[in-house]
Amino acid sequence: MATTDTVVEHEVHDDKELWSGAKEPFKASYGKLMMWYFLLSDAFTFAGFLIAYGALRFSSPTWPVPDFVFKTHPFGSSELPLIFVTVMSFLLIISSVTMVRGVQEGHRNNTKGVVFWMLLTILGGIGFLSCQAWEWTNLIATEHMTVTRNPFGTHVESGVYLNDDGSESDEVFEAGASYLIHKAGGHGHGHGDDHGDDSHGGEAHSDDGHGDGHGAHATDPGDYKGHVIDNEGFLHRKYKVTEGPNEGMVKYESFGPKSFGALFFFITGFHGFHVFSGVVFLFIIMINAASGLYVERNNGHEMVEKIGLYWHFVDLVWVFVFLVFYLL
Amino acid sequence: MASNVAITAPQTQEDLLIEEYGYDDHFHDHHHGDKYQSNFVTTYIFSQDHKMIAKQFLITGMFWAIIGGLMSLVFRLQLGFPEESMAWLKPILGKWITVNDAGIGTLAPEFYYALVTMHGTIIVFFVLTAGLSGTFSNLLIPLQVGARDMASPLLNMFSYWFFFLAGVVMFASLFLNTGPFSGGWTAYPPLSALPQASSGSAAGMTLWTVSLVLFVVSVLLGGINYVTTVLNLRTKGMTMWRLPLTIWAFFITAIIGILSFPVLASGFFLLMCDRGLGTSFFLSEIFIGGQALDHVGGSPVLYQHLFWFLGHPEVYIIILPAMGIVSEVLSVHARKPIFGYKAMVYSILAIAFLSFIVWAHHMFMSGVNPFISNFFVIFTLIIAVPSAVKVFNWIATLYGGNVRFNSASLFAIGFVSMFISGGLTGIFLGNSAIDIQLHDTYFVVAHFHIVMGIAAFFGMYAGVYHWFPKMFGRFMNETLGKIHFWGTLIGAYAIFWPMHYLGMAGVPRRYYSFDIFDTFRHFSTMNKFITIAAIIVFALQVLMVINFFYSIWKGKKMTTQNPYGASTLEWTTPIEVGHGNWPGKIPAVQRWPYDYGKDGREFISQVEPMTEKEIAEGAH
Repeated sequence: MATTDTVVEHEVHDDKELWSGAKEPFKASYGKLMMWYFLLSDAFTFAGFLIAYGALRFSSPTWPVPDFVFKTHPFGSSELPLIFVTVMSFLLIISSVTMVRGVQEGHRNNTKGVVFWMLLTILGGIGFLSCQAWEWTNLIATEHMTVTRNPFGTHVESGVYLNDDGSESDEVFEAGASYLIHKAGGHGHGHGDDHGDDSHGGEAHSDDGHGDGHGAHATDPGDYKGHVIDNEGFLHRKYKVTEGPNEGMVKYESFGPKSFGALFFFITGFHGFHVFSGVVFLFIIMINAASGLYVERNNGHEMVEKIGLYWHFVDLVWVFVFLVFYLL
Repeated sequence: MASNVAITAPQTQEDLLIEEYGYDDHFHDHHHGDKYQSNFVTTYIFSQDHKMIAKQFLITGMFWAIIGGLMSLVFRLQLGFPEESMAWLKPILGKWITVNDAGIGTLAPEFYYALVTMHGTIIVFFVLTAGLSGTFSNLLIPLQVGARDMASPLLNMFSYWFFFLAGVVMFASLFLNTGPFSGGWTAYPPLSALPQASSGSAAGMTLWTVSLVLFVVSVLLGGINYVTTVLNLRTKGMTMWRLPLTIWAFFITAIIGILSFPVLASGFFLLMCDRGLGTSFFLSEIFIGGQALDHVGGSPVLYQHLFWFLGHPEVYIIILPAMGIVSEVLSVHARKPIFGYKAMVYSILAIAFLSFIVWAHHMFMSGVNPFISNFFVIFTLIIAVPSAVKVFNWIATLYGGNVRFNSASLFAIGFVSMFISGGLTGIFLGNSAIDIQLHDTYFVVAHFHIVMGIAAFFGMYAGVYHWFPKMFGRFMNETLGKIHFWGTLIGAYAIFWPMHYLGMAGVPRRYYSFDIFDTFRHFSTMNKFITIAAIIVFALQVLMVINFFYSIWKGKKMTTQNPYGASTLEWTTPIEVGHGNWPGKIPAVQRWPYDYGKDGREFISQVEPMTEKEIAEGAH
């Protein structure tokens, strides 16, 4: 603070001075401190969600395998799981780097530099959001995962799929293998692991209009021994268990744990909302920076630094979201 | 009200000291004409002045306290006099009172639950969180650390208005056709997660959740401001170890709020999805009306964990500000330094830390692993240690003091009494084995009402009586204040002491009627007694409210700047404090805030430089 008479400004040189009042400890302005405390509280919000994720995941007997769920990308699919989310995460992480450059240029009071690097940051954020939009669209529209339904299942027993005449096919699977329940007649996963649904295209209309969907069976399973089609038109393949106490039993694929879909959309959605707000604020602050407002304030473009803190936080949260949904 | 006098001639010794040692931040050069308080709206409604915001919090809190208190009277009437007609309440409660052909009115059971739920929600969040911490953090933090205002007056104003908005939404829910939420203030699923679970679970719960999310926003805006102000805006010389204990308490309270309320918000967001989008975060394999619902895979206990991760720290969010106020008031009126200042600070820190690792003691009977319970039992009982440190320090502060028995100090002493009584029963309840018998009984009701309800109210009253002159330039009526104190002290014990016996006999809380239980029927006399005591105590609070508003305009005028002879900075401001708090320079702090009865002097203000003798003795 500016002083004229009685108070002599000292350089901070020990802890006692640091906390002696009338100065900002660690030279953190009140605005930056507020941002830090806001981020602390936001971290606890996300921690609450991730703990909910952990609690629900570990009370579920199976959980979808990320390598299986997240292997699609625009223009088809490949044998590189997580390739799309890798690109997406790279965009977000690299936008943190451009943000750092923006803050640096801000300290140098270089308006042009600030605007340039913030623009790149905004592009990174928009890129991330666009990828997320595609990923959600794909999961919802193509793979039919919603907050209440999760078609990604995991086998808990080894078995062999049945042909439509009830005989064993040559498709065998081990316990732990993943499957995706398709809509009958739909285009399915687009993984190239279609199970020949097209031959049953007509069955998509076997919806009998009552019951509540999950767990209901096709109207006339006798005709189609290889699968059942539920009220919503999902085709559950039948298989014979080949190992363990249930050996010889015929079962059909059931939906995966419901909470997977709900948690995925909720947590990535909440994070995406943070990225979206970040982009909006970055944009506003970039306009302000371009107008020279922060040069006038002569505080080293502190506003840019504050939004930078937020932006890095959003990135950091993504690291955890990425960890729990895509890696574990 | 706001005087725009830039510099007034120094009146007192403190003023001279500020003039001599304080520093000039040119505040008044930048604030010509006081643009913050230029008209009625910016002065009284959308004010950014921390003192006005404090008054707004206090008066809104009082409004809610009356609503919450009246609700408790209605359900106490039901418990105490179940056979009496409630037809006379029909004009107010409308369809929630059914009058039969004989003219006997009965309270609808679902509305009884709504009343219990709303009473809890309102008192815990709106009165004892916003009304207590909101009021005194706002009033005292800038004044006692020597700041012109909060770090961000704008966010501070938003903090109040989010609280106000939360109140509007909650108030609206009282008038819903399906009634306000009725599943208990903890809002456990499935009652809170399924709109079809009960009438209050429909729109009532939706508004309840919206209201509390707004409230969380208010707490966070306020809390971030309080913490930042304490860290960054302390005046010259105001080291952390020279902060009054009030400030330490508000500071730590704000940090607890910043860390725990977001987790509550997490739980509420997930709950909203369960209600609105059909997800199953907190629901699993549930039947309603004989029909299986399509909810599988969730966990109602998960909600309880998220809720109580806030819920337990919330207890300390309520009680720590009261503790801070009591420490200050006791020291000033006992004319003695607070005993064990550093021990007080460290015990606040210890309580704050422990408050985050004991939440599951609210869930011993919810099916958590008994092995895990051991962990929570141990840490819960350890909280008794810092709590006892504080109690002994308060008593030691009083010991040998030249105590002024006025309303403020009486309520502070009453706080200590309540805190001891309620704290001891906490040791019972902290044991998971004893909890098997006592959980969800009136023993629990008695425990938390005494230790955090009445005690926090006492702390709040001590604060209101003590700082009323700072807020309004007048004193509250002492005679009415003393009637208020003695009536409330005796009355509160009359209400809650018998409840311990009810609880030990196994009488469960939240029951609408005990008619069908032979075991509990003979407690009807005790229930009558409790209800009568509750009515008297409520009447005394109304007396306090009357005293409050009467004194704002007609109270005895404050004629000196420092009527109590207190050493803290808020008493170095003018009688009518304007925007910016000090008319000239900001005071520089030279010593700690508790120099009472030192060197033959009654008190030494914080702005007075230390003598060479003091420095030689190592004073700080």
